[in-house]
Amino acid sequence: MIAYIVRRILYAIPILIGVNLLTFALFFVVNTPDDMARMQLGMKRVTPEAIENWKQERGYDKPLLFNATAAGTGKFTDTIFYEKSVKLFVFDFGRSDSGRDIAYDIQQRMWPSLVVALPILLVGLLTNITFAMLVAFFRATYVDAWGVVLCVTLMSISGLFYIIGGQYLVGKMLHLVPISGYESGVDAWKFVILPAVIGIISGIGSGIRLYRSVFLEEIGKDYVRTARAKGLSESRVLFRHVLKNAMTPILTGVVAGLPLLFMGNLVLESFFGIPGLGSYTIDAINMQDFAIVRSMVFLGSVLYILGLLLTDISYTLVDPRVKLG
Amino acid sequence: MRLMLHCFSLVLMLLLSACGEQPWNDPYPARDAGKNILYSAFSDRPKHLDPARSYSSNEVQFTAQIYEPPLQYHYLKRPYTLIPLGAAEMPRPVFLDRNGRTLPGPSADVAYSVYEIRIRPGVRYQPHPAFARDARGRFLYHDLDAEVLEKINTLGDFAQTGTRELVAADYVYQIKRLAHPRLHSPILGVMAGYIVGLKEYAGQLEKIYQARVADGKNDEGGYLDLNQFPLDGARVVDRYTYQIKVRGQYPQLLYWLAMPFFAPIPEEAERFYSQPGLKKKNITLDWYPVGTGPYMLTVNNPNRQMVLERNPNFHGEDYPAEGETEDRAKGLLADAGKPLPFIDKVVFSLEKESIPYWNKFLQGYYDASGISSDSFDQAVRIGGQGEVALTDDMQARGIRLSTSVEASTFYMGFNMLDPVAGGYTERARKLRQAVSIAIDHEEYISIFTNGRGIAAQGPIPPGIFGYQEGAAGVNSYVYAWRDGRPRRKPIEEARRLLAEAGYPDGRDGKTGKPLQLYLDITASGPDDKSLLDWYRKQLQKLNVELVIRNTDYNRFQEKMLKGDAQLFIWGWNADYPDPENFLFLLYGPNAKVGKNGENAANYDNPEFNRLFEQMKNMENGPERLAIINAMVDIARRDAPWIWGLHPKKFTLYHQWYFNAKPNLMANNTLKYLKVDPRLREEKRAEWNRPIVWPLAAIMAVLLLGTVPAVIVYLRREYAPPKLPQSAG
Repeated sequence: MIAYIVRRILYAIPILIGVNLLTFALFFVVNTPDDMARMQLGMKRVTPEAIENWKQERGYDKPLLFNATAAGTGKFTDTIFYEKSVKLFVFDFGRSDSGRDIAYDIQQRMWPSLVVALPILLVGLLTNITFAMLVAFFRATYVDAWGVVLCVTLMSISGLFYIIGGQYLVGKMLHLVPISGYESGVDAWKFVILPAVIGIISGIGSGIRLYRSVFLEEIGKDYVRTARAKGLSESRVLFRHVLKNAMTPILTGVVAGLPLLFMGNLVLESFFGIPGLGSYTIDAINMQDFAIVRSMVFLGSVLYILGLLLTDISYTLVDPRVKLG
Repeated sequence: MRLMLHCFSLVLMLLLSACGEQPWNDPYPARDAGKNILYSAFSDRPKHLDPARSYSSNEVQFTAQIYEPPLQYHYLKRPYTLIPLGAAEMPRPVFLDRNGRTLPGPSADVAYSVYEIRIRPGVRYQPHPAFARDARGRFLYHDLDAEVLEKINTLGDFAQTGTRELVAADYVYQIKRLAHPRLHSPILGVMAGYIVGLKEYAGQLEKIYQARVADGKNDEGGYLDLNQFPLDGARVVDRYTYQIKVRGQYPQLLYWLAMPFFAPIPEEAERFYSQPGLKKKNITLDWYPVGTGPYMLTVNNPNRQMVLERNPNFHGEDYPAEGETEDRAKGLLADAGKPLPFIDKVVFSLEKESIPYWNKFLQGYYDASGISSDSFDQAVRIGGQGEVALTDDMQARGIRLSTSVEASTFYMGFNMLDPVAGGYTERARKLRQAVSIAIDHEEYISIFTNGRGIAAQGPIPPGIFGYQEGAAGVNSYVYAWRDGRPRRKPIEEARRLLAEAGYPDGRDGKTGKPLQLYLDITASGPDDKSLLDWYRKQLQKLNVELVIRNTDYNRFQEKMLKGDAQLFIWGWNADYPDPENFLFLLYGPNAKVGKNGENAANYDNPEFNRLFEQMKNMENGPERLAIINAMVDIARRDAPWIWGLHPKKFTLYHQWYFNAKPNLMANNTLKYLKVDPRLREEKRAEWNRPIVWPLAAIMAVLLLGTVPAVIVYLRREYAPPKLPQSAG
């Protein structure tokens, strides 16, 4: 297994270089270093000298990918791409274009994201599995049919509607929790409960549909027929046999997303004023802060690759037949 | 089982803690209930809190409460009047000729103006670790090692703080900082043109800095001691006096002296913050200000909350005893002579979206609010005659409305370098005048801003010297004065002008081709479609096709810098209440193309330029007014701008919020505000009683809904097996 993990980590390097190159290209297609300087220095009374100084200070005065004037390897290393990318591979994110330390900001902002994302994942998973089992239990009945209709309806409603509706109903009309805001520590619960419930409800439609299909696929298998033939009750068949075997695709899907929980939810965090990582990247894009954008994309890629690796490992744990080699 | 018990206890404890007297939806900690705190919000995190850098309003709302420049605007008096703040009295310039001889007054011979500023003795800085010293008088925290730095995450982690008296050298130090190569002060370009030697000083510092970087001495956070390098234009006279020397006459300097750019910075602070370990934790002067003002920043989390608290070392200042005549009737002079500030703490919470902000204001969790378009109808009623009143709901809550015309102008500009719409020929002039009449900004204000604005008659907004009320202030090229108000000229007049310009019925008289004009704009949202359609319709009145060239902001900026746009939309907020700050937007040498100035239309009329140079350094008076009128008339005739509008600001205040008077120039106004926390608590409790029964009802419905499912389940589980029926 160790050899497999090492091999996967080595595979990750060219992927990360590719992602970095793509981010770089996409960013600089729409922004020039001059645009970035103007955005940081403000719009009023900015002189060309100030723009040049800003670029020079941050190394944005160099060529993007190829430096024709440099000698030897300098043609590639004395460029914005090389200088801004290499440090990422040792997780040195450096400073944002406005001067703040990115690693420090990420450390500060990932916990609020996690505080919201974790209950959404855990409670959402429990709710989705429970309802999916219920729908599977009543398969091919009116409960199943109307359950699917309800799920599709829930899926069709925009997430923004749940957020604004939830804030209006629970925060504004019923006065049960604050409309928005955040506190760290124990006091966080009253700020997290509404976004968490909204997060769960907004994901319930797709979640139930997915798990229902997983359960129905399992129910049609031979071992289920055998269990029934042995005279086991339907609930016993579902909970003791179907659920256990259906956990493989469910668990692997969940494990893949685990590392990304730190990355937060953009819209939810923005509307509820939760100071997480979700809005960090979008704010950076709006501010044309390339240092943050590349750091967040890099981090997201690393976490995604890590998630996929964990998924592979978790296969071996839930299914002894799978061997990594 | 034990774990479940623990979880249950925790949930119970949390629910019980929520059942105190505090409303459940109160976003603030219970310990702050009833305290003398003002609650506000910010939507964008500030980028810079260093007074040499901060310029935008979301930054200055913090720095202006912390830093004290030499001058400030009187809170109540209008027109806006400068009064001393850090200075002991208003500085008067001494005029020198080329040989350094003193002149009796302003004249053409003035080569330099020297402003000698005497500051108030006995003013002390806020408590700050940069000033903390040990028993032997050495700074405690100026040479931190890695072990100590490991435990420091915020400024509050330093056990000791200190202070010291403000001296004139701190003001001079800050003027030098404007030229610091790492600070990129936005006003360096302007000030380098006036303060003697500042341009050369910036060059000198740049060279020194680069040399130090090359030597490896000045890595990130390296400290450059500006005291080692004198600046001709700013020098210390004695402990409490300093001088600023500017080239020629520059009376607008006094306005700049009321901005945080000229606030004092103690060099100890810069030395303290330049330690690399602190910078790594975002503890920098750019984020943790050190000032002498009424407030100090005690919580600095731009991702969530910024908190200003009363500075215990504040030197004291009294609420003004004079104001406008109606101020007494409005209760704005009730606190005359009382010591400032009134409020102990100001909490700014990050609120990115307008809907939660508005709802929290209605619940009493914010003390004041603007009005977004979404909530306008909920808050304000416009009468048949255009009169503005609060809705019944707002009145029932005791909310008050304040309106003021902002010292800003938003306009549609013609690029004067454009071969069709630009230029100074009669043909081009008449084309621009015709378009100016066709684009009905009164309609625009009514449709797109809910009536929050007034149509502009020229570049100068109300409240600024040179703005003319009534018939005298009307742009006669677009309006006629009838029935006591300006009336936009009929569209036939615009058609006539267009025909005279060589485009009868919107077609080129020579080629017969329809006239097309191009508007460059950065409207990207779906809501902008109606606005763009409206613009098209305005020109359709002249049978002219308006082609919208929608682009992203970067490309738009690039087009403007290269002069590739034909028509564009632009705006300007006043830096200071002087007509020079608006008329310079049309001054030729200040053009955008080639000179990177603020004259986005690239307007360059020699007569206008000559009058501008004559007017810019004059004292306000009839002579200056006559020149301004002449300049405005030239510009109206040339019509480089379609004059657009001056926006109106609508602000709502709760009944517990006092002393609010819109002051469009001053930013240090928090110290004058007052709240009644007890009344606020009462109202919050009254408005936010939790309503639980719908939740109980939902739970009941869900439970009832499970009953049939349980019955079906039990039937299925325990039903006797169906036996196959025999054929016979």
